[in-house]
Parts: sequence; structure tokens; C-alpha cells
Amino acid sequence: MSNKVLEVHNLKKYFKTSRGMLHAVDNISFSIEQGRTLGVVGESGCGKSTCGRVILRLLDPTDGKIIFNGRDISGISQNEVRKLRTEMQIIFQDPFSSLDPRKTVNQIISEPIIVNKIIKNKKAIEERVLELMDTVGLAERLINTYPHELDGGRRQRIGIARALAMNPKFIVCDEPVSALDVSIQAQILNLLQRLQKQYGLTYMFITHDLAVVNHFSDDIVVMYLGQIVEKAPAEELFENPAHPYTKALLSAILIPETGEKTERFLLKGEISSPIDPKDECRFSKRCPLVVEKCRNSCPALKETEPGHFVACHLV
Amino acid sequence: MENKNVILDIQDLEVRFEVDGEIIRAVNGVSLTLEKGKTLGLVGETGAGKTTAALAVMRLVPDPPGIIGKGNILLNGKDVMEMSVSNLEKIRGKEVSMIFQDPMTSLNPVFTVGEQIAESLEIHEQLSPADAMIKAKEMLELVGIPGYRASEFPYQFSGGMKQRVVIAIALACNPQLLIADEPTTALDVTIQAQVLALMKALKEKYGTAMIMITHDLGIVAEVCDEVAVMYAGRIIEKGTLDQVFNNTLHPYTEGLFNSLPNIKNRKSELRPIPGLMPDPVNLPPGCAFEPRCAYAREECGLRIPDSRFVSDHIVCCLAYDDPNFHIRRKGGKNVE
Amino acid sequence: MSTANTLKPKEQLKISASKRYQKRSQGAEIWRRLKKNKGAMVGLAIVVILALIAIFADVILDYDAEVIKQNIPQRMQLPSREHILGTDEVGRDVFFRLLYGTRFSLSVGIVAVAIALAIGVVLGSIAGYFGGVTEEIIMRATDIFASIPNILMGIVIVAALGASTVNLMIAVGISSVPQFIRVTRAAVLTVRYSDYIEASRAIGLKEARIIFGHIIPNCLSPIIVQTTLRVASAIISASALSFLGLGVPQPSPEWGSMLSSGRQYIRTNSLLTFFPGLAIMITVLALNLLGDGLRDALDPKLRR
Repeated sequence: MSNKVLEVHNLKKYFKTSRGMLHAVDNISFSIEQGRTLGVVGESGCGKSTCGRVILRLLDPTDGKIIFNGRDISGISQNEVRKLRTEMQIIFQDPFSSLDPRKTVNQIISEPIIVNKIIKNKKAIEERVLELMDTVGLAERLINTYPHELDGGRRQRIGIARALAMNPKFIVCDEPVSALDVSIQAQILNLLQRLQKQYGLTYMFITHDLAVVNHFSDDIVVMYLGQIVEKAPAEELFENPAHPYTKALLSAILIPETGEKTERFLLKGEISSPIDPKDECRFSKRCPLVVEKCRNSCPALKETEPGHFVACHLV
Repeated sequence: MENKNVILDIQDLEVRFEVDGEIIRAVNGVSLTLEKGKTLGLVGETGAGKTTAALAVMRLVPDPPGIIGKGNILLNGKDVMEMSVSNLEKIRGKEVSMIFQDPMTSLNPVFTVGEQIAESLEIHEQLSPADAMIKAKEMLELVGIPGYRASEFPYQFSGGMKQRVVIAIALACNPQLLIADEPTTALDVTIQAQVLALMKALKEKYGTAMIMITHDLGIVAEVCDEVAVMYAGRIIEKGTLDQVFNNTLHPYTEGLFNSLPNIKNRKSELRPIPGLMPDPVNLPPGCAFEPRCAYAREECGLRIPDSRFVSDHIVCCLAYDDPNFHIRRKGGKNVE
Repeated sequence: MSTANTLKPKEQLKISASKRYQKRSQGAEIWRRLKKNKGAMVGLAIVVILALIAIFADVILDYDAEVIKQNIPQRMQLPSREHILGTDEVGRDVFFRLLYGTRFSLSVGIVAVAIALAIGVVLGSIAGYFGGVTEEIIMRATDIFASIPNILMGIVIVAALGASTVNLMIAVGISSVPQFIRVTRAAVLTVRYSDYIEASRAIGLKEARIIFGHIIPNCLSPIIVQTTLRVASAIISASALSFLGLGVPQPSPEWGSMLSSGRQYIRTNSLLTFFPGLAIMITVLALNLLGDGLRDALDPKLRR
């Protein structure tokens, strides 16, 4: 029995809309080992954020199994879920909307500690808050400031401190640096890496930025319209991308260097909404390499190299 | 000094905002020239003053609380600061156009996209509504949207398509200068690639000069000919793309490059610039970057560096008083 | 874990960090913004004066001798040095009655709105937070309630319970509930799907704590504004009901009932209706100015 913090089997999350059933997350399976980072990459509408929230049981799964630390949490009650909150946490994308504008830094960071009765003594709570602030690089004097008085980078640090307050083992990072300036992004990424080493954290790192995910992840999962289209260790994915969508994503990365630009692997059209999808490859409408077979059946994930999985008829 | 090739000439632009008794110094002495058909990348992080400077070109800075303190802005030789409002309205949309970051809020939700493109044509080119609509459909085709969608409303389009509509509106009257303020930041990366390719193609087709405001050095490398890096309201480095990228001079620019994850070397460490950009209400007396600069010396905190020509382009850094000084980044890579 | 910043032994005797770095609260910031609005300050001043009059009415005036004692020979006098605003149809001093009447108008307005606030905010929050069937039930009940004209509802309640000050408060209060439910629900909806509410769930808060600890504090702005404006309309409603004889019973000097009794003399001495009407108007105006000013002051996005 390996060290798996999280195992996800055939996870599905569907939403009922007026136009039909929206397959936000459709048959996702993966696992993450302790101390490692899984990068989940995809553009808007691919279901990565929904996936993160279902795993944390902030949303209930439609089907499938979520096994956290060896325990099946897919069907447990919300009361049981609340008890697990000390072990699994989330860092949000938008540092501006993820903090209650009416609460001070102190109140925001101490709330999880108080509510979950981790520390009871008032003085001890404050010491813990200061300790957390120091860990994430927030100056002590900011303890009574309000979020709107601070910049995005500092607000994100508050969010990280809040997530760490209960010493979780597993953190879902939902695009934690996308809304930040470049130099602040780097500061926060370094912080997250340091925390991982220091506390042995396991991350699920959701992002659309491939340069960041390459830098930060051990393994990567590429999602498109609710499905996993490719799954591989990070280095392998970047060196040998197999799925056309992955190739397009890599090709779309703009490298800050002068010189000849390689021909871009451009996609046609736009991403559609996965409502009542037919049995076809969901990428077929945009794929430059599409053939007849792609429109007739949805490809399954198969292992092409050890540890490298692709869902494409052409591979 | 009339150069017929120069579409935009800004000299010593200063813009400040007076709010609640405090003065926010957003733009502090910006000078730049742009030739016809060229693309300038105006690079900087949030709060650097790039958007304010661009708005000033079209005199769109909200007044109050914004005040253009001093500066000359010559658009095609004409002084924008001296123009009457009605003349300004004539050139906005016709000689100079602007596109903004968020396509969700740039389009009016109660008019069809065709009407919004046609509006510009009716006002500036004096076309009849019928003719304007025909041209509007052509513009849609040009940006890759089927013409029959001109009768649809913005909510029926995705983010990337809305941005294309915004581009169509901006280019409808064939302006000589297009100011694009972070046009692809809100878009997915594959859509961004499409939109940038489109902008490049249109720019070449029409010979439009462009100012691309962005914080993304990758975008700059992709579409720009020249680069100006802004920090705390000043341009601290300015040159051609090759000069700024491969002969980087200013420590801040170097810091920006170091902050980026290196696609080719995944385990290389990110070296962020420590600290934060200074509060524009409280700018330090000397160089604004000095508190964060790895190469700072005592005099850097005492006086603001002037713009000087070093090697092959312009930089504002006192370190170059020493002719042997160089930053660690050389030729687009780090040497130690 | 860095130990550099933990409290050193001798500093443990000092005050805690949160006291060391006390900041100006949001309340102070809002007050500062409110002060800039001249209209709001005028409104506030008037409201404060009226409140003081209401509180100290018994101290300033002798109820039996000055407010209700009839003095027929002195009736229908025009304003003079002895009676600043004249006397009414049974010889009572109009000015003193108006002053004392402040007590009724303000207390009815405040208590009625307090009732409406308590019921309305709770129901509105529940509707907004839980959505679905719960929301449907609450909102449709609200719609039904709101479609009954205020006056009619007031008549029904007073007819059932009898005319008294307390019943007037209940009647006016209940008829104000729908507005509070709607405003609260709308405000809750704007906040409900924010990331920080999701974050609250993620750290394990229970629903009640989320609603009262995070959602309502962020909805205060429209609720506070609605409160000041509703006090104004509650005063008018109370006056209307008293005017119809369904409110505060005679001989209490409630402004609405003063209007009512003065009505028959409108042609001979219109001052008897004018002054109570003016009192109502000034009070309502002051509350509206204050409410408008609060709305602006509470909106952090408005920069002036």
C-alpha cells in the first residue's frame, strides 16, 4: 500500500441546466502521492476548478470515488466532511475576493483555528497567527489591517496562511498566482515550494499557465471539456507531448526571447460547452489532425509509455 | 524637428491624481516616440502607470481627479493637449483607437455587435447606416467571425470572440495608431495565440502603429518591435526588442526576466524581485527602484537618475556612471 | 519554523500584537466620509435634536398641565408670544404638543422598523443563502404579503387588537417586513457566491456562522440605508393610521392625529394642519438625507 494521499476513480460531476446536462467533470481518475505535486492544466471550461472543489467536497460528486488517506469520502455527510477540513484545504485564485473585506488579517487567519477548536487559549491563538504570518512572509505590523489596504501579493499570503492554519496535509491550489504580477508570482511560487518541503505538503496545482506548471509539478494532467486527455510526469509531458491539445498548449506558450519563432500549432474555433456530449472525441471540432474516427467514438485513456497516458485515436 | 514618419511623440508627460487630499503620482516624466507602422511594447507591472499614460494620449484620463501636469503629446504632429473636445472626439476612433483588457465590459450589452462596429463608421466616415452595416460585416469577417453574426448580442459570444469584436470596432476606421491595453490577459492561452496572430496580421495589412501595453514579456517578444519598460511612472529602459532583450541594462528589467519560469530548464530557480513597487503617493526622493535593487549604491537613494544612452539604447540608472558596470544578465542569458 | 519573530520572554509582559498595531476601524472611516456630506450632516443634526426632544419630553414638559389640559377660552389662537405656534381647537398649545408628539412618532418609527428588521433580515438571509425551495416559499409569501396595502393591513391589525401605541408599532412593523426581506435577500445574493464565502465553508464553518459572521456584515450597507428610509415611511404610515383614528388614541399628541383633528378647521385656521404636517415633513426629510448620505458613505467604491 503506497503513500497515496489522494486517489480519484472515475469521478463525475454533472450539472443540470436549462439546456441539458452539463458534464463538467467526466470520468476523471488519478492519484497523488504524499509530498508530490500534481499539476492540473487546462483552459477555462475544462472542469479543473470544479474537479478541485469536488475532491474537497465543497461540491458533491455525481458519481465516482474519492479516496483520501485511504478513506472513501465520496459519500460521507457534510458533518463528517467538516471534520476533515483540518486535513485538506484550498488556496483560491483571486486574492481580492477570497478574503472577507470586513475582517482583519488577524480575524481571517485565526478563524479556522477558533472554529475548529484547535487552540483554545486566546494568547496562544495570537501567537499561532503571528507564527503563520511570519511563515508566509507577512510583517507583524499588518495584523490589524484589512484586505483592501494590501496589494494582491500580500492578500494571497493571507490566503495561504489561512490554509496552513490547521496544518493540512493536502492543499488544492486553484490558480494561486494567475491574478498576480510577474515578480509577485515568483515570490509566491517560491513560498509554496518552501512550504511543501518544510511541511511535507501534497499539492494539487490547478493552472492554465504551462510555464508555471512545468516548474512546479512532478506530474501533470491535461484536461479538456471535463476529461483527461493526457497524463504524464512533467518532464515527459514537455518533451514528448502526444495529444494534439497538449501540443497546442505548449505551442501557445510565448517565450520571452527574441529570434525565430517556430510555427505555431494553432487551433481553430473556440472551446464549447460540454452539454449532453455525444460519443465522439470532444476535441475533434478544433483539432487540426482530426479524422473520421474521431467523430464517431470518444477515445479512452491508454498508456503509451510507462506512466504516460493519452486519450487520442491517432496515438 | 518634424519627422513625417512619427505618429506619436510624447515629451515629459506627467499625470497625477488628487484624491482625498493625497496626490498620486501616476506618470512622472514619460517621453517616447513611435514611428508609423511600428509596435511598441509598454511593459510594466500593476501600478507602473502604463494605462494612465496611454489614456493620456487620448485625453481619456478622468478629470477630476486626474490632472495632466505637464507634457506635450503630438499625434501626427497635432498637439493633443491643445485640442478642443470636439476635435478630440473626431480623432478618437478615427486616428487613434484603444482596446481594453476586459472584453466582458468593453461591449455594450444592449446593442448588437454589428451596431457597435457601425456606430464608429457612421460617426467618423459619415457612412449611411446601411453602408456602415455592410462595412461592419466585412470587419467581422476580417477578424474571423462570420458576417451574419452582426445581428447578435455580446452575450452570445465567448471571451475570445468578444475581444475580436472589440478589435473590429477599433480598426473599423483604419486608425493610424492602435493602443491595446493588455488585450489578451483575460483570455485563455490558445485563444491568446489566435488573437495575437490576428492582431499581427491586421497590423501588417493596414500598417497600423501599435502600443501594446502588457506585463508579459512573452507577448512583447511575439509582437513588438520596440520596448519601453516602466516603473513607478517613469520609463527606465527603452530600445528595440533586440536591444532590451539581449542587451538588458536596467536591474528591474533583469529582475523581470529572472522572475519568469524557464520553460527550457524546469528546475532552474525563480529569482523574484524582493519587495514591492513603491506607493505612488509616497515616492522616494531618489531612484524608485533603489530599495529593491541588488546593485544599489548610496547615491541611488539620493537623486533620480536621468535618461542616458548606454551602449546601444536608453536607460535610467546611476550605476552606469561607472563605465565598467554591467548587470549579470548578458545576451539574453545569465552569466555569473 | 522561524523563531525570530515569536515573542521574547520579557515582551510577554507587554501588550499583545493586536493591541500594539491598533488601527482606525472601518467605522471611523465611514464617519469620516459621512462628515463630508453636508446634507447628511444636516439630516443627522435634526435627527439627533428630535431624539433628544423625544427622550427628555417628560423633563421639558409637564404632560398633564401643558400637553393635554384643555383650555377652551384660549382655543384657536394664532401664534403669539405666549403660544409660539398658537393653540388648537380645545386650547392646547400646539408647540408643546408637537414637541411631545416627537416621542410617539420616533418611537413608533423605530420600534416598528426594529420589528421589521429582525424578522426581515433573518428571513431574507435564509432565502438568499439556501435558495431553492426555501427561497421560493419565503419570497412568494413575501409577495403575497406585500400586495396587501399598508393601510389595509394596519386597519385589520388594529381592528383585531385595538387602537394603542403598541399595536400601531406592530401594524406598521409588519407591513414593513416585505421590504426588508427583499433588500436583504438581494444583498445576500450579491455576496453569496463570493470566494470568501466558499473559503468559509472550506475552513469548516457551519451555515449559521457563515450567514451571521460573514454574509450579513457584508450586506449591512443596503440594510442600514433601508432602515433609515423605512423609519421615515413608518412615521408617515403611523401618521396615516392615526389620522384615520386607528393609531395612538386621543388625547395623545401624535402628529397624524393632530392632522386629523385639525382637518375640519382647514378653512378657518389652516395652521392646525400646517404645523403637524411640517413636523412630519422635516423629520422625514432629515431621515432621507441621512439615509442617502449613509448609502454614499458605505459604498467604498465611490471616491470623491
